[in-house]
Amino acid sequence: MAKSLLIISRQAPWAGPGAREALDIALAGGAFDLPIGMLFLDDGVFQLAPGQQPQSLEQKDLSANLQALPMFGVEELFASQHCLDQRGIRQLTLPAVCVGDAEISALIDRYEQVITL
Amino acid sequence: MDCLTGQTMKFAIALFSPPHSPSSRRALRFAQAALSSGHEIVRLFFYQDGVHSASSSVVSNQDELDVAAQWRELLTTHQLDGVVCIAAALRRGVLNAEEAERYARNAASLEAPWELSGLGQLHEASQMADRLVCFGGN
Repeated sequence: MAKSLLIISRQAPWAGPGAREALDIALAGGAFDLPIGMLFLDDGVFQLAPGQQPQSLEQKDLSANLQALPMFGVEELFASQHCLDQRGIRQLTLPAVCVGDAEISALIDRYEQVITL
Repeated sequence: MDCLTGQTMKFAIALFSPPHSPSSRRALRFAQAALSSGHEIVRLFFYQDGVHSASSSVVSNQDELDVAAQWRELLTTHQLDGVVCIAAALRRGVLNAEEAERYARNAASLEAPWELSGLGQLHEASQMADRLVCFGGN
């Protein structure tokens, strides 16, 4: 039985390679059929905001890679409701389950391993 | 040996922070302590800014801790499996001779015993280990 892994992604999509590199761990794990969950926390919730314009930064859009998560079998997606509210994000580009602060510790407990990036 | 249970453990160690950050020093000390206590390290995986700790181009002051040199020594002494994520390393200019040639760069800064490989190596290590221990995440 493969060990489960929760990736907590805390970086905004345009704050450097952090967000992309957290996502790449999830996609690689999905490609190996591992049980992977992903929690978007703090500025990481900006990755789920619609209407991003990466062209002005001359970078590739992270959204396309994020949309690949379900295709790679990574379907356990969570976002912190509190962090979304703080940043005024009401619409998400991925079907992530919004979780309250109290649920986050229980969520972390459910996974055998955790990586926070 | 674990002083409480008498059991030895298999650790996978992931490092994400740059060489001069306190967490990189902690990762090194943790690895040294784990080995000297009889535990096993199934793999070291350097990712994000952690890739710089595998670079042979880092020059430290003589009277300061040379993290990269100590990692190299630890790998060699204990014949550890040291993997640097290839995508993260290329992005940050940490290339071995093969990649330097492939991308026509004039400097290679990653040498054996370090290996460049993909994220599958992180997942494999964490599956093989009893514990995945991460240093320098956010």
